[in-house]
Amino acid sequence: MIANTLPKSLQDNPRLDQWITILPGGGVMLRVGKVEIGQGITTALAQIAAEELDIAPGRLVVTAGDTAAAPDEGTTTGSMSVEMSGGAVRLVCAEVRGLFLAAAAGRLERSVSGLSVRDGAVMAGAVATGLNYWNLAGAVPLAREATGAVSVKPQSAHRLVGTDMPRRDLALKLSGGGFLHDMVLPGMAHARVLHPPLIGARLEAVDAAVIERAGASVFQHGNFAAVLAGSAAVAEAALAVARPVWSGGAAIGPVMEEAGWLVGREAIHSHFGVAGEASPGDRIRAVYTRPYISHGTLGPSVAIAEFDGARLVIWSHSQGPYPLRRHVAALTGLAETAITVRHAQGAGCYGHNGADDAALEAALLALHHPGRPIRVLWTRADEFAQEPVGTAMSVEIAAALDAAGRPVDWTATIWSAPHVGRMFAANLLPFQALPEPPAAVAMVDPAPEGGGGASRNSVPIYDVGPCRVDVHLVQRPPVRTSALRGLGALPNVFAIESFLDELAERAGVDPVEYRLSILSDARARRVLVAAAEMARWARRGPAGTGAGLGIGLGRYKNKSAFAAVAVALEVDTEVRLRRIWCSVDAGLAINPDGIRNQVEGGIIQAASMTLKEQVRLGSEGIASRSWAEYPILRFSEIPPIETVLLDAGDEPPLGVGECTMGPTAAAIGNAVAHALGARIRDMPFTRERIAAALLAGG
Amino acid sequence: MATTFTLNGDPVTIEGAPTALLLDVLRNGLGLTGARYGCGEEQCGACLVLVDGVAVHACGREVGTLAGRDVVTAEGVPEVIRAAFIAEQAAQCGYCSSGMIVAAAGLLGRVVRPGRDEVVAALDGNLCRCGSHPRIVAAVLRAAEGMAP
Ligand code: FES
Ligand code: FES
Repeated sequence: MIANTLPKSLQDNPRLDQWITILPGGGVMLRVGKVEIGQGITTALAQIAAEELDIAPGRLVVTAGDTAAAPDEGTTTGSMSVEMSGGAVRLVCAEVRGLFLAAAAGRLERSVSGLSVRDGAVMAGAVATGLNYWNLAGAVPLAREATGAVSVKPQSAHRLVGTDMPRRDLALKLSGGGFLHDMVLPGMAHARVLHPPLIGARLEAVDAAVIERAGASVFQHGNFAAVLAGSAAVAEAALAVARPVWSGGAAIGPVMEEAGWLVGREAIHSHFGVAGEASPGDRIRAVYTRPYISHGTLGPSVAIAEFDGARLVIWSHSQGPYPLRRHVAALTGLAETAITVRHAQGAGCYGHNGADDAALEAALLALHHPGRPIRVLWTRADEFAQEPVGTAMSVEIAAALDAAGRPVDWTATIWSAPHVGRMFAANLLPFQALPEPPAAVAMVDPAPEGGGGASRNSVPIYDVGPCRVDVHLVQRPPVRTSALRGLGALPNVFAIESFLDELAERAGVDPVEYRLSILSDARARRVLVAAAEMARWARRGPAGTGAGLGIGLGRYKNKSAFAAVAVALEVDTEVRLRRIWCSVDAGLAINPDGIRNQVEGGIIQAASMTLKEQVRLGSEGIASRSWAEYPILRFSEIPPIETVLLDAGDEPPLGVGECTMGPTAAAIGNAVAHALGARIRDMPFTRERIAAALLAGG
Repeated sequence: MATTFTLNGDPVTIEGAPTALLLDVLRNGLGLTGARYGCGEEQCGACLVLVDGVAVHACGREVGTLAGRDVVTAEGVPEVIRAAFIAEQAAQCGYCSSGMIVAAAGLLGRVVRPGRDEVVAALDGNLCRCGSHPRIVAAVLRAAEGMAP
């Protein structure tokens, strides 16, 4: 396989030594811009590198997400890591290996064709030549641009790629280490930030005396305030007694909790695609909603920053060290070259949580306390109440049908708040607290061609005729919003797949058969049929018995991994999951066990969102501030899950982190409708909604 | 004031207020970071430790209550449990893992070869955002086999 277009990561960071350094003593450093956010990406990238370099994986040292030592690959998000970073690492390592072989051939005065590499040593057939990456390193300068012209290994030659290589970071994490939360710098001050209850609230007063009596000091700058102490316990005690007085701010309340509140608000409108001729009256329509969702990271956000009077170093679990550095520069007035952002691991974030805010807060505090490392830790309540949440979304689908009840003309109308608030300084807490906060800017989503935000997965993968999507991006939602796993994919796939079940029922056709009758994509068909067979779909019972079987299908971003999920469940006053089956086509599987892990994790998280999760709003801001108020699925609520990865040969690897989310929500929705004989179109599926659906349906 | 107890097999004396929370003492005082801060409200299980063999939340436990007791943190759980979690690759981010292995140690210290339902019941107070639950259950069952006589 010869690459003719270089992956974006490689175009942006074209020099080989931006990726690979041969280390003295037998090691190799792999530098990547994508960071470990709990999904095993650094393991998969090391696997690819070791494969193409022909070295034992144990020789690799991975440096990830360090603005002083690793390439700029933007943000780790959207299942792009294996597709983008993996593609770059594959080409770079193949090229490095080729350069070493050429140098060896020169030394040995023979042709490259008889040479190979075995664990970094150059072999002539089965005979070691005495040359290796380490003793040749001086003769092979890597400070040169990649050409992308070197052949990478075909799947048939893989020894490491495609195997279940264990996670590189797990042993340490099981022994008490591994997280930024564990890092301590000498002389470090512990800070807790006094966060405003409402967006735009003014800080009227902080009682410094009471904070000082608790043994801490207070720092204030505009509407930003924090307590600082020499120990975590004292900082916490000071936080508990600090009673900052706030005024103003954008009023919010419970009426704004549902996606329906967004409909008709002031918004930026965009659309793509062209609808057919059907008039509104000829269309079947339904509206599906999801509320605001918390990332619910298990470990609240943390950051450490240190300023020596000239240089600022920040340790953060942000998904984007380079984008964060740009924000830090804007906030502090320092040049980007005077700032280093180093990634260290946090708990699984599943999008843009409090990480960046905490890092900016630490940066601001460090700037005003030169010579003293500052650690900012958010409380659990901070993480629930202050992080930017995943936006609520309302999706209306309207379709005209042919005589057989199949869609021939399709429109979707979406109301949503912005999905990528991380890009805009005006949407980050420390900027909002400045004496003169940056002016509000239009917060737009990524373009549909780039995967979209609210529009992600809004175009069905089925043959539905002409299709138009209208997106209304509400600019002043009641709460800050930003990227949550899959952006709009979950609500859109939930809507499409629910709607298709409703159409199938109208047509009197089995839902799987109905889908197959409008699905020409062969890979999608294969995935759907596989899940249906696993679930013994042919034996599906009648509707309305209290026991349901439902299915959902999607291709993440319409260009990434395919997934179908089938769910068996029972409903009385609440939903009880009984079995889940899943089939996935992820292209070339770099690490099948890692894929299974992410696929199942996505199923469980999506099931949790569908059945339980909703951010609650009160007059004092987000009201759901603890796990008691924001419950997620527990062990006893999770059924057996069976997953198959369909063999996709040498098809390019596709990111899998998000592919099961939408299909899972849809399968649950469809199974509940099957069990009840009545449909719920709004997440989460609470007792109240189940009762209401029964009442309406019965 | 000083409180003396056994920590991962060795005696330890903690100077200072008996009202200090064990989680703070472990992480910030002793540099033992196995017990994680997840909520500080006894709601997530990330901070679990064993006290006399019973899994308790370090975030809600005052040091003064520990005099003479036997405390085990994630660092001190039997190696066979850690090995089982690695064998099953029973984590994604791994932030909940400490609490999970301590909960497992508590169960396996009291029940030989527990059934799946007993494992689920023992872990039910521990939250995992990543959806690693099925693997965690498999890991505990595997550890149970390894520890059974
Ligand atoms: S930190 Fe103790 S239970 Fe969450
Ligand atoms: S593995 Fe991330 S919280 Fe459990």
